[in-house]
Amino acid sequence: MRARRTFAKWLVVLAVLHGIVVCAGFFAPYDPVEQDRKSPYLPPMRLHLVDAQGHLHFRPFVFSLKSREGSFDQYEEDTSEPHPVTFFQSGARYRLVGFLPCRRHLFGAANARIYLLGTDGYGRDQFSRFLFGGQVSLLAGLLGAALTLLIGLGVGAAAGYYGGWTDGLLMRLAELFLALPWLYLLFALRAFLPLAVSPVEAFFLVIAVIGLVGWARPARLVRGVVLSAKERDYVRAARGFGASPLYLLRHHILPETYSVLLTQAAILIPQYVLAEMALSFLGLGVPEPVPTWGNLLSSLQHYSVLVSYWWMYLPALLIVPFFLGYLGLASSLQEREEAYKIESWSPGSLT
Amino acid sequence: MRYLLRRIGHAFFLLVGVSLLAFLFTALAPGTYLDEMRLNPQIAPETVLALRAQYGLDKPLPVRYVSWLNSVVHGEMGFSFAYNSPVAPLLLVRARNTLLLTITATLLAWAIALPLGVWSAERLGRLPERLLSWGTAALLVVPDLALALGLLLFAVKSGWFPSGGMASLDIEILSPLNKLRDLAWHMVLPVTALVLTALPLLVRHVRAAIADVLRTPFLLAAVGHGIPRRTLLYRYALPAAANPLISLFGFSVGSLLSGSLLIEVVMSWPGLGPLLLEAILSRDLYVVVGGILFSTIFLVGGNFLADLLLYWADPRIRTESGPR
Repeated sequence: MRARRTFAKWLVVLAVLHGIVVCAGFFAPYDPVEQDRKSPYLPPMRLHLVDAQGHLHFRPFVFSLKSREGSFDQYEEDTSEPHPVTFFQSGARYRLVGFLPCRRHLFGAANARIYLLGTDGYGRDQFSRFLFGGQVSLLAGLLGAALTLLIGLGVGAAAGYYGGWTDGLLMRLAELFLALPWLYLLFALRAFLPLAVSPVEAFFLVIAVIGLVGWARPARLVRGVVLSAKERDYVRAARGFGASPLYLLRHHILPETYSVLLTQAAILIPQYVLAEMALSFLGLGVPEPVPTWGNLLSSLQHYSVLVSYWWMYLPALLIVPFFLGYLGLASSLQEREEAYKIESWSPGSLT
Repeated sequence: MRYLLRRIGHAFFLLVGVSLLAFLFTALAPGTYLDEMRLNPQIAPETVLALRAQYGLDKPLPVRYVSWLNSVVHGEMGFSFAYNSPVAPLLLVRARNTLLLTITATLLAWAIALPLGVWSAERLGRLPERLLSWGTAALLVVPDLALALGLLLFAVKSGWFPSGGMASLDIEILSPLNKLRDLAWHMVLPVTALVLTALPLLVRHVRAAIADVLRTPFLLAAVGHGIPRRTLLYRYALPAAANPLISLFGFSVGSLLSGSLLIEVVMSWPGLGPLLLEAILSRDLYVVVGGILFSTIFLVGGNFLADLLLYWADPRIRTESGPR
């Protein structure tokens, strides 16, 4: 019961976080590829409540940044005019959840631009890029995990149900995949695919590569469940009545694997988001100008950026809550499985 | 003995399998280094064709595989187009650097995780243990990429550590002792990053394993006999909990290896990672295959070491594979 409640709690946390990313257009003040060439590498703006004259404002405001005399990347606050933060500000057009045309943004400023996380070398808003980048990275993680689980389910079911040489062959192959350090395997697979592709192609390529790499572990787990499930009395009875293997698998055996698959999904999704980040960070994933969490950080590979523009690192900290959500979800699921094991083992239960 | 021989045979087949798989992938690859060369107008098409023939790239896949196996036997592992040299010596230098990093990190991570895990298993549910498990959870949710970049940022901002690489510029004029010190100084950051990524999982497993043993009747009996606490934990509980931990050791080598790939690139440590990345970007296929094979060898080596330890630690395995 407690495990179920923590599960629900983490699910809500994740739903909120993902909701923000899905509605990135609304929460982000600007378009992720819109360039503000006059202000490259702008540091994060501070929200103020007290202006230069010492007056207290109830609506937070920002000072726009102007470049310091005789330098190109040093800025100072122009304290002459405060720009209050306005909510539901009308701005760049976007499509909410992909189809609803819209131009309201959660926040903005009427006569200035607000850069909460600063800007990158092209003057693009890092906060907007972070939110839109989440769409790409999280979707890649989700679809990659779905692909992996699909393959794992198929292979595991076939190996467990048919046994014999099918089982032997598939499990040897799984051992082979488990034997390789998985990041190396990921790179290897990526190495043999075309490099110069459009962002959309690259996105699906990355999903395919990530999804293909990790099938071995879920396959082994599914196989274990199938092995024990197919010897249950009701399955034998159904087989005795002449049920076909496909019917048995679909109606009696595979439903038993769902909890394993759910736990695996909670473990795999963050891992795959990280895999997408690693690939894009190294320039093997989704290319610019499309933002992803990986290529958002890739400018940090340049020493000069690391030294001078520390705020380019901030997105790396903002992704931590997402990983926390998935960790909480996975551990509450594992806890539930443990509880289930003890229950099903106790003499009072039916199974 | 038979157990060990079986493990060696297993490892051998694994390596053959991996190399076969890698070659199958190369066959699917859309283009090679030479194709990129063909785009260069300064190189005559005949030259490219001649190179193709020279490296046997115009032959079918099985022939290529056999000739590659042949070059492995001769200690070459194919030919790197980009470096214009056999692959093996190229990889060996890089592999040495990667090993230096991973072995140090593995040993350090275990040296920290064992006492920490034992310490917290004894205090299960109390405040210090809760704090520790919060700490490990916090480390678990920080992605390695963010961790490595953060450490690098810290190094750059504070100036206490080098911002990458393996040696200072003036390495040639240093005395041997100072060279060693310079190396250690450069290793601090990547090793810290690796240890921190590996640590939470290890601590959790050690704690769980020890906590399981602490509940067993034989240990309760030992407590009743008034055996001192330290002896109890390290002489009685730890050996009894060793089995799953030794398997975990083999696994931790693999995950550290994967982790070091990324961290090497971020911290520009001249290991296998940057070489592999470079080879991927320039389509230097034999280097890619070699790099994957090397990483597999490390992993298999780590697992073999774990098997050896298990053989030494668990008498049941020795008798099982004994006279039969």
